[in-house]
Amino acid sequence: MLEEQGPEWMSEEVKTGTTIIAVEFDGGVVLGSDSRVSAGASVVNRVMNKLSPLHDRIYCALSGSAADAQTIAETVNYQLDVHSMELGEDPLVCSAATLVKNISYQYKEELSAHLIVGGWDRRGGGQVYATLSGLLTRQPFALGGSGSSYVYGYLDAEYRAGAGRTDTQRLVVDTLSLAMSRDGSSGGVAYLVTIDGDGVEEKVFLGNELPTFYDQ
Amino acid sequence: MQLNGCRSFRSMLGSPDISLANNAYWGIPSRRWDANAWKRQSSSAEQLPVLMSLFGGEMSLLRSPLQPPSPGFSFDLTERNAVLGRLLEGSPPPRPVKTGTTISGMVFRDGVVLGADTRATSGDVVADKMCAKIHRISANMYCCGAGTAADTQKTTDLLASNLALFSLNSQRAPRVLMAASILQDTLYRYGGQIGAHLILGGVDYSGAHLYTVGPYGSVDKLPFVSMGSGSMAALGILEDRYKPNMEVEEAKVLVRDSVQAGIMGDLGSGSNVDLCVITAQAVDYIRPYQESQYTNGRNRKYKYPPGTTALLSEKVVPLRMELVTEAVQRMETH
Repeated sequence: MLEEQGPEWMSEEVKTGTTIIAVEFDGGVVLGSDSRVSAGASVVNRVMNKLSPLHDRIYCALSGSAADAQTIAETVNYQLDVHSMELGEDPLVCSAATLVKNISYQYKEELSAHLIVGGWDRRGGGQVYATLSGLLTRQPFALGGSGSSYVYGYLDAEYRAGAGRTDTQRLVVDTLSLAMSRDGSSGGVAYLVTIDGDGVEEKVFLGNELPTFYDQ
Repeated sequence: MQLNGCRSFRSMLGSPDISLANNAYWGIPSRRWDANAWKRQSSSAEQLPVLMSLFGGEMSLLRSPLQPPSPGFSFDLTERNAVLGRLLEGSPPPRPVKTGTTISGMVFRDGVVLGADTRATSGDVVADKMCAKIHRISANMYCCGAGTAADTQKTTDLLASNLALFSLNSQRAPRVLMAASILQDTLYRYGGQIGAHLILGGVDYSGAHLYTVGPYGSVDKLPFVSMGSGSMAALGILEDRYKPNMEVEEAKVLVRDSVQAGIMGDLGSGSNVDLCVITAQAVDYIRPYQESQYTNGRNRKYKYPPGTTALLSEKVVPLRMELVTEAVQRMETH
């Protein structure tokens, strides 16, 4: 411990080495994330909920540097509050995603965080937006974080347009479980948030409740 | 590289301002850092002769020592360290005093328990055998600090002052969430340059809360935490035996055991265990809760009895004082 460089935890930035997913379904969106926050090789928080509310029916999923991601989410939360007060009604998901995109693009050289924005509004129903590196694109589903690389193929193959609520929830949990079992930087429990016209449902899947596959 | 002449992300939210009083209290994100401010600030007067002698006037950044130093943190020394590193090529640069530490905390039924060891190291040497790592933030909140000793002390002092001002202004006890937000704002603003790894615990009207704040400004709210070089050892104990709603004596023993694991298993932690038990009714700051079992007792008495030194002669010279003037000034007290 007393070598010159000092222990790793002193110098390593806290990152959410992560798997985050958002999938649209008929009438809403489902967002999912794992719960591991690492600093170098050690896990700083094994139960962090990376699905952060931006507004009543708009959530974002955090990945990358924990400090940067939390700061962006809080900043956009504040900006959306002001915006919705000025409008006098709930903001659009597209507005929330645009605010996140603005920050991600303007300060892309200094920030290392990626947020996926998902929510429900009256005009467009359930929507998912990816904002990686400052682009803004609406997609039927979006993945992010270090664990996402392992499950692109799975989600591409299993996604069905027009699926229902429970099927989409099951798809997200299955995808998260596969990613968490293959990626060293993802793990812990799985958090799920389902947003539709009636409201928001938050669920936690503990380690032993996650679905198992071939070799588990 | 900057696009469209924009400033850094941290300075987007407003001009740099040392007083946290305004925005942080009303929930407006106030993370501000002028990216160039640290280059413009001067180093204080004492460093000038040292630096001049080392580099023979190479440092053109320094202002005249006759001007008072600017307020706020000065990051001139990061440049000096870089130059020193190049000069002392091969040999390691000087390290700051760190509290190689074990600190931990947990929420129990009636409040929170915070624990810390008491060893401060400077490289391989123990600089302080009995340093206090649990800092008072307010009557209902205490904060343990690991990392660079100066940074943890200064950050917690600043937080305590600002919260005291807030209490006086608003007639309210501060919430733990507010303290955590202020810490997050401050540490994010300085981009990890302030090496403070903090565990903040307290009880407010909404219950008992425990937060951990990292040096880059990330915050986690958890039922049990540990930080410092001995954190892995302490976390093993906490993971094994933590249960929600424990009783106070059981919680104190668990935190003590977790700090003890750090003291035994980590070279940077040692000496005694301090505890701080915070409940809605009272705060019990127990320093030390447990004394080190490994200190040697003093073998001899080092007090000399009166008369050991022989008195050869005595001369008394009274000082004569004269009353020159007497004036009475009334104070306005009503």
